[in-house]
Amino acid sequence: MDSIHKKTAIVGVAESDLGRVPHKSKYQLSAEASRAALDDAGLSIKDVDGLFTTIITEGGEMSSLVMAEYMGIRPRYTDSTSIGGSSFVAYVEHAAAAINAGMCEVALICHGSTNISDRGGRAGPVSTRSSVYGPMQFEEPYGTSTVSSYALAAQRHMHLYGTTSEQLAEIAVATRKWASMNPKALMRSPITIEDVLNSRMVSSPLHVLDCCLVTDAGGAVVLTSMERARDLKKRPVAVLGTGEAHTHRMISQMPDYTETAAKISGKLAFERAGVTHKDIDVAEIYDSFTITVLLTLESLGFCKKGEGGAFVSGQRTAPGGDFPMNTQGGALSYTHPGMFGIFTLIEGVRQLRGECGPRQVKDAELALCNGTGGVLSSTGTVILGRT
Amino acid sequence: MADTPHKPVPRPYQDTQAYWDAAREKRLILQRCRDCQKFQFFPRGVCSHCLGSALEWVDSPGRGVVHTFTIAHRAPHPGFANQVPFVIGIIELEEGVRMMTNIVGCDPNSVRIDMPVKVTFEEATPDITLPQFTPA
Repeated sequence: MDSIHKKTAIVGVAESDLGRVPHKSKYQLSAEASRAALDDAGLSIKDVDGLFTTIITEGGEMSSLVMAEYMGIRPRYTDSTSIGGSSFVAYVEHAAAAINAGMCEVALICHGSTNISDRGGRAGPVSTRSSVYGPMQFEEPYGTSTVSSYALAAQRHMHLYGTTSEQLAEIAVATRKWASMNPKALMRSPITIEDVLNSRMVSSPLHVLDCCLVTDAGGAVVLTSMERARDLKKRPVAVLGTGEAHTHRMISQMPDYTETAAKISGKLAFERAGVTHKDIDVAEIYDSFTITVLLTLESLGFCKKGEGGAFVSGQRTAPGGDFPMNTQGGALSYTHPGMFGIFTLIEGVRQLRGECGPRQVKDAELALCNGTGGVLSSTGTVILGRT
Repeated sequence: MADTPHKPVPRPYQDTQAYWDAAREKRLILQRCRDCQKFQFFPRGVCSHCLGSALEWVDSPGRGVVHTFTIAHRAPHPGFANQVPFVIGIIELEEGVRMMTNIVGCDPNSVRIDMPVKVTFEEATPDITLPQFTPA
């Protein structure tokens, strides 16, 4: 066993208000989620001595400085690693290392975003700037966007492996079924594969129902040592294994369009946890787009490369299927404030605590949470265990 | 048209000035490392294969194949509003490097992976010319 895993626990999780929250700032959403997660743990903000956060920003805000100041704390360990939506999953590894090295005792991971309210309530053009400095000047002048970047990967996967739009749609349909059982999910009405295929094409081959929501949201996760965790309010959830990796920043630089860094981070997490794929009871896989899920399942090794389409067919990931996945309704149907990683952790913990009501996966003992950030650029994988 | 915002254009910097200067002369140039002999794209101040600084600029014939592509139906920036649908492609050049481009001068629905393409040039502004690709 290595030096940091199995010795750290997640002891508190919470969301803020979700959906459209125009009257609250992203800072307030992050702070309110933090307060709720600390309450969930039986701790207070005074106990926090390690802060891990990043905010979507136009102006280069120093995220952990901003949030520590906002919440009135002076952490002795600080981390604003910014690798996109996977950052929060990667923070679990960073926090576990810091706690085990004695650098901090109570780690708070938090996020808040007003991604839809900032756009005036609708998902419109992502940029209006007239010139581009830095390496992105080799992409933005060609009209790239987040969805087009993921579409490039989807097209290549279809070409090499015969993956179909119907197979990608299976993921959106199954995820919506889970959302229908989550009162906090934004989109709860059932959809069919035909609905996905007939929805507006955004960037071929991805339709609008292949794409995540755009919402406001905040979330928070609290970690501490397993020793201290045993005295807190709820049964701790153990951090059994973690991994993180990244392969590129710009989609034009992606080494292999059909494989994500989860191949590396997943392997590390499984090795460190000492468990195998068939041991995993529930998977929370960042679903910015349907193709994100398919590439991640292959890269994590749940199926062979090229077989992701067959793997998700027949509503395998839906309620009642043999691979329960994205059980809160995912970024596709529950919420997506631009960076979703923290919500994979929140649901993974709730499943292992048995708190999920009608959507509870029976006897869930092991959960795998995987975040993907940037444009299929970075990943964090965390394997959590019931104690 | 005067009020239509133009597409975002590159603002050349230390690493990229020579590339955009060449593009304005309708030349595609690539960096090759004298130490490890490898090409790289996008231009950098060091070699991304060996971290050396012995980079030279090489004229490229601008031939390659479509590695992957997408047809964008939504403008990501107001400057693209009257261009949708348009094709964004990743081209693998004969030199072995990949770059993003638009695939122009053809029906978007005719674009296929592995299709041969060649470079062409689009004057975006008086100062900036963009390399683009068209079926070969």
